[in-house]
Amino acid sequence: MAQPAGLLYSKEHEWVKLDGDVATVGITDYAQSSLGDIVYVELPRIGAALTQFGSIGVVESVKAVSDIFTPVGGEVTETNAAIEGDPALVNRDPYGDGWLYKVKLDDVGQTAELMSPEQYEKLTVEA
Amino acid sequence: MTDVSGVLRRTALYDVHLALGGRMVPFGGFEMPVQYSSILKEHDAVRKRAGLFDLSHMGQFAISGVDVGTWAEALSINKVANMKPGQARYNVFTNERGGAHDDVIFYRLAEDRWLLVVNAGNADKMWAHVTAERSGDVRLTDLRGERALIAIQGPRSVQWLQPFVDADLAAMKYYSCAEAPVRGTRETVVVARTGYTGEDGFELFVPSDDATAVWDALLAAHRGAGLEPCGLGARDVLRLEAGMPLYGHEMDEEITPLQAGLAWAIKFDKAAFRGKEALAAQRDAGDYARIVGLAMDGRVPARSGYPVLAGGARVGEIRSGSLGPSVGKNIATALVAPAAAADGTALTVEVRGAEHAAVVTPMPFYRRPKA
Repeated sequence: MAQPAGLLYSKEHEWVKLDGDVATVGITDYAQSSLGDIVYVELPRIGAALTQFGSIGVVESVKAVSDIFTPVGGEVTETNAAIEGDPALVNRDPYGDGWLYKVKLDDVGQTAELMSPEQYEKLTVEA
Repeated sequence: MTDVSGVLRRTALYDVHLALGGRMVPFGGFEMPVQYSSILKEHDAVRKRAGLFDLSHMGQFAISGVDVGTWAEALSINKVANMKPGQARYNVFTNERGGAHDDVIFYRLAEDRWLLVVNAGNADKMWAHVTAERSGDVRLTDLRGERALIAIQGPRSVQWLQPFVDADLAAMKYYSCAEAPVRGTRETVVVARTGYTGEDGFELFVPSDDATAVWDALLAAHRGAGLEPCGLGARDVLRLEAGMPLYGHEMDEEITPLQAGLAWAIKFDKAAFRGKEALAAQRDAGDYARIVGLAMDGRVPARSGYPVLAGGARVGEIRSGSLGPSVGKNIATALVAPAAAADGTALTVEVRGAEHAAVVTPMPFYRRPKA
């Protein structure tokens, strides 16, 4: 499927939506589909300092544990409480209600390391 | 898996899996579907209606001769010679230390003809073992590649399979087998009321050339009513809920069937069998680590290899773990020290550095409702 426009993507299959210097982070539709039924998501604590591309949590499906590599660095300002009680929300709406956390970027320039929708589309087609 | 070439084999149903959107993964030396739609959806179909599985990766050996019963009994823990034609029986081939070469099912088809089904990942090892140990009037034929295995599992199995099989399925007992004509096959095939899901169900040992016709016909007839193609992911969850061991997890060359909780299958009254002395010594000493079931209240699943703790000290490790959808909890098996093995014992599982509560729970976690 086509990737939503207006988002940036990492090669580890996370998406980023920028609003000023605050980024909302989630996993892509390709990622949720590859993982299958998601049963648990472990997110960083609010206030945690994240380093771009560091492993900062996990998404667990019925079968497997996968690391979340944060596509942006900065301070965690919010986490999605809805997915604690309903992790399958990430499967159902990965770009919407299934978002994971928000980060206040320590450097907006780091988004240059991310991909456009077209670049990410190419990556998933080749995978 | 002794195939070191890295080339994965394919079952006769490989193209069918691709057409159904199966996600293919390596398993036991084969490319197999881990899921088609969703593990939870497929699991649900088997518990409530029925699911269709390709198990053609499993090894099938034909064995015949008048000495098969006594020969097989000397290499395994359960009895074989006293099986009646039409019976299936679980068994474990053991090593001298009492460890498990493989867990298997014997199907006695006639007085002097048997079918032996072994795990895919152990099939090369087991073929080498049985041929090396062959003695007396025992003839072995490797059926791998020639025979497929299709399972239908779930409460609707009798109803949905019956129109395809010229045998009275409802009259077949659990763990019985028959040779019967099946629609779409050129010869009679072995039909067995066996499975690995905790549900009623049947396994059809069909010629590989007929596998696609049988699979397609079953699915076409019943998919509208909710028959789902099911992958190995759902199968693993189903078997774990049903408390059934998986080779390489609850049992291996080092973990004995006694440790795996299979004492019921070990017939110490047999004159002699491979590993008997070691198993008897282990039983008499009683101080062996053993497989227990764990139920967890939190949302964090336990996974194979995670440490199991009691009072902060390590007492064992997780061997299998998953969400148990029919149990409504995360469930696991663990190999733990005897002091930590009693039902109701409060333990913890260490997950990424944090301890999560778990309680030793009798298996099976799930038992199907009586019909």
